[in-house]
Parts: sequence; structure tokens; C-alpha cells
Amino acid sequence: MSTTNHINEQGYYGEYGGAFIPEMLYPNIAQLKENYLAILSEQSFQEEYQQLLRDYVGRPTPLYFAKRLSEKYNTNIYLKREDLCHTGAHKVNNTVGQILLAKRLGKKRIIAETGAGQHGVATATVCALMGMPCFVYMGEIDMKRQAPNVARMKMLGAEVIPSTSGSKTLKDATNDAIRDWINHPEETHYIIGSVVGPHPYPDMVARLQSIISQEIKLQLQEKENRTQPDHIIACVGGGSNAAGAFYHYLDEKEVNLIAVEAAGKGINSGESAATSQLGNNGIIHGSKTLLMQSKDGQITEPYSISAGLDYPGVGPMHAHLFSSKRAEFLSVTDDQAMQAGAELTKLEGIIPAIESAHALAALGQKKFQPDEVVVINLSGRGDKDLETYINYFDL
Amino acid sequence: MNRITHKLRENKKLLSIYFTAGYPQIDDTKTILEQLEKSGVDVVEIGLPFSDPLADGPTIQASSTQALKNGMTSEKLFEQLKDIRKSVSIPLIIMGYFNPMLQYGIEKFCQKCEEIGIDGLIIPDLPLEVYTEEYQEIFQQYGLQNIFLITPQTTEERIQQIDQVSEGFIYMVSSASITGSTNSFGEAQQAYFERIDQMQLQHPQIVGFGISNAETFQKATKFAKGAIIGSAFIKHLTENGTQHIDGFIKQIRM
Repeated sequence: MSTTNHINEQGYYGEYGGAFIPEMLYPNIAQLKENYLAILSEQSFQEEYQQLLRDYVGRPTPLYFAKRLSEKYNTNIYLKREDLCHTGAHKVNNTVGQILLAKRLGKKRIIAETGAGQHGVATATVCALMGMPCFVYMGEIDMKRQAPNVARMKMLGAEVIPSTSGSKTLKDATNDAIRDWINHPEETHYIIGSVVGPHPYPDMVARLQSIISQEIKLQLQEKENRTQPDHIIACVGGGSNAAGAFYHYLDEKEVNLIAVEAAGKGINSGESAATSQLGNNGIIHGSKTLLMQSKDGQITEPYSISAGLDYPGVGPMHAHLFSSKRAEFLSVTDDQAMQAGAELTKLEGIIPAIESAHALAALGQKKFQPDEVVVINLSGRGDKDLETYINYFDL
Repeated sequence: MNRITHKLRENKKLLSIYFTAGYPQIDDTKTILEQLEKSGVDVVEIGLPFSDPLADGPTIQASSTQALKNGMTSEKLFEQLKDIRKSVSIPLIIMGYFNPMLQYGIEKFCQKCEEIGIDGLIIPDLPLEVYTEEYQEIFQQYGLQNIFLITPQTTEERIQQIDQVSEGFIYMVSSASITGSTNSFGEAQQAYFERIDQMQLQHPQIVGFGISNAETFQKATKFAKGAIIGSAFIKHLTENGTQHIDGFIKQIRM
């Protein structure tokens, strides 16, 4: 039973996952499915991937013992500093891997979706690095909310295409990227930014993010003489940073996995993105998973102050971790997250992304023992969120 | 015999029309169906609108968004179609994405379709493998033909597999594109149409995507049994409401 929390051969985590795609996408998805594991384990791929993670992304990222935060919560808190990655978040781990894969599949053109713009920036960055044309779909509303990231992508040479359909946000940008792939089936690779979408994307992205927990194990061994923390905490929108932080602990039941979703203005406020609390089984972007939807099966629009967490579904791995109770799911409101972000800034001199501030806010909801080790995945830095912080705290 | 099978035996090229239920007005469904039959359309695909139609271009997306705003749901559509067999006798197919059907309950959905007299379903995001493993028996129990898509990129081996599982016809997507693309059906498409024709499949093919007028209808049906018009008809509805449907159809099949 050692592999129960990993994907099975049919592309499912328990009852979640699969590839519910139109026939137009079948050849591309089949090609990926048949090749991704072989490519990811090729020696030349691994050498190039590891070298770029080290010299370009700046890995390994530190595992930092947060002394003053630990004192405040009377436990031992380590921060996994993904915020120190090049481009400012963990997203680049995945885009570096996928662009190397795209090259090995002979693809000449890259497309991506983005919500807050972090994945779009990470994709535009590796496209610049590899000299590949890059097209990023972004909801028209998000383009206005995240103007600096739009400028960054443009400066990096990407074309940012506004999504004007539906709710004009992340889910619609994803729809438009999929439509682009249908229209350009042969030369294009679609770099999905999270552990969502049809199989094999959730597994492929989880593997490319698994470097996070791989490093945590080694670093904890050095610092605490143990490979397992008692708790790992990560925020979940689609769930890529959580998938990476949980990956090597999925089948180590001694380690408590804590996933933190965005409750927005409150679970029952009608403005929330806490999919595990508000969603039920269905199909979104080619994957069977938990999603927020109307009684009639129309996908609803989530809300969070954090643009990286307002996705109406979660990856199928997380749906499975939730339903099997392998992971504990918490939800944190906008206010709690903003306070947690301010607290980390004051105590440790680190301004976190508002996404990551949701993971930090779990400290206020859970009581940890003085001898326990808690790892919090600090998935991104707060530079991109300064305007939100300024407005919220009237700075 | 299923009305689709019966229709496919007629010695003529078939014209099929797609429209989004609940568009332009919520209660237009019945009027549109009656008009289409009167104008000589052979098969109608009734689109069940979805918030996130992955395989559709801007025209059908916009009609779906509007239809949902107008209040269209599975329940509402079934209610509108309750007595449709009193006035419409051509084959009717419901085309929609899988999630709304899943939420309604697949068996309950199929049962409703049978009660009403729906002949088939087209569900672009229900893949062949999942259909055969989980749903084929239920569809067959309620006499529903499940129509599969093939594209220019579909391998010969997979086309054969699809032909084995298909009932009625095979929906042949004209080019690598979403719905509503403009298309002149050049050499590449003609070669693809001919290649599929030469495969001598058990099931006739009806071409969809990119057909908008008499010229593209004729080119699409040179080898295939028929062709489907969607976005062009939606545009007609946008401009004319339910007026002049007969004129639109007559200019396609002159």
C-alpha cells in the first residue's frame, strides 16, 4: 500500500483525475502521457534540469529556522524559502522542467495561462532563456489587477493575450489556452502552471515541484537530525506548491499534511475560494476533481484577495488527499492572511506573497507542541502584492 | 429504429444544424426546432449551454453565456422539450459538455432523453475509453446513440476504434480548430475528407466546424454523408431572432 497517495497507471488519484478532453486534444495528451516519465528520468534531462535549478533558479532554497516566529507560537517553525527562487515563487521549478520537456518533444511554440501573473512570468522567463515564442493567456480583469506582471511578461518577450470570455479571470484564461492548443495541435506545448488539467499534467507538475520536499528532507536531516517534520503547511489554489512540499511525504503517515485554502470573505459569504468546503465532484479543465459549481453543473467564480488562490477547483491529488483525510484542510480569510503576512514581516523581515500568507495564518488556527517541527512552504515573495498590502494597511 | 439510423439511410446529403438552447431568448427552443424541420433540415443538435465550453469559439461561447444568463438549465430544457415529438419528427441530438450531465445524474439524464424522444448525444469531453467502461450500457439501455468526434490528427488506428464503438454517424471535425473558424476547405481538407472516405468505415461521417454557406456545405459533403452548421446559424439568430430561419437554410442547400 505504499503508493496509495500517488497516481495510478490510469491517471487517477483514488477516484480523481483522468483526462476528460475533447478528441482534438487527444494526440497531444497521448504524446505527453507516453513520453513524460521517460523524458523526466533521462539522464540528459536530469542533468540539464538540475543544473538550471541550481545556477539559474538558485536552488536549493534555504530551509530557514524562524526563531522569533517560533517563540511567538511556542514551537519550532522552519520556512522553506521558495520566495527566493528566481522570478519570486516556486512556479519556475515547473516551467524550467516543462520547457526542457517541450524541446525534447520537438515543440516550437509555448502557451500558458496565468491568473496573478506569476506562472505567466515564470513561463515567459524560461521562453526568453530558450529563445522560444511565448503566448500567455490572462483574464482581462486580471490584466488590470496585475499590471506590473503584464509588463514583466512583455519585457521578457511574451505576447499577453486577454481572455474576454466568461468571467474574464483564471478559469477563462485556461479555457483560452486549451482552445489555442486545439487550434495549434502540432508545434505547440502548453505549460500548465498547477497540478490541474488532464492526466498527465497533475502528476508531471507534481514531479517537477517535488524538488521542494526532496530538499526539505535533506535540510531537516542536517538541522534536526531527522527527515520528517511533524507538520507541513502549504497554501492551495490549484495546489502546485503544496503538491511539491507534500510529495515525498505523501506515504509517510507520521507527517501531518496541512493544506490551507482561501476562505475569502468567509466560507459562507458567497465570496470564497475554499473548494474543499464549498465544492463537490465534477469535471474542470479535463480533470475529475472537487470544484465549485452550481446545482446545474455550471462552474462558479471563486473569490480571494489573493489572485493566486482564486481557482474554482483543486488538483485531483488534493481532492484525493481531502477525501481520504490524508491531509487536513483549513481555510483562512482575507483578513487572517493579511495579518499573518504583516506578522511575518515584523518578526522575521520577510514580506510573503499573500498566497503564502494563507499558509502562515494556519499558525493562528492550530496549536503545535513545543517539541514539534513545523515546516511552512513560503511559496512566493510579496513584492507583487505591495499594492494590496498598501491599500489594506493604508501604508 | 433510431431516427438517426433511419435518416442516414436516405439517399441524400444531410444538413444538420446546431443551436444553443435558451438563445437568443429563453423560450425560443421549440420555435427554432419547428422552423428547422419545416425548412427541410435533416438533423438538429440542441446545445446544452455550459459555463466553460473548451472546444467552442467566440460565437458559441457568447451564445452559451447568454443562454445561461437567460436561465437555461438541463431541467428547463427537458421541460421545454416535453411535448416536442408532437410537432417535430426529425432526429434530435443533445450536444453538451459532460459536467452538467454528471451533476444532473447520467442515468436520470438518459432516462429523460428517452422519455422526450432524443435520439443521440454528443459530449465532446467524454472520452471514448471512459464512455465504453462506464456509460455505454446506460446509453444503450435508453436507446441513445453516442456520437464521437474525429479530427485530421486522429490516427487511423483510433478512427477504427471509434468506428467500432460508434452508433449512428461519426462527427468529423473539418480541421484543427475550435468551432466557428472560417474555412475555405482547401487542398489539405479535401485530402483529409478523401482519406477518411477511403477508409470505408462502417459508419457514415458528418462534417462539422467551419461550414457556413452553400460553398463550404458542398465541399464538405463531396465525400461525407452530411455537414453540420453551428456558429453561422447562431450568428443568424443573433441578427434575426427566430425570423427568416427558412431563408437561411434555403441558401445553404440551394
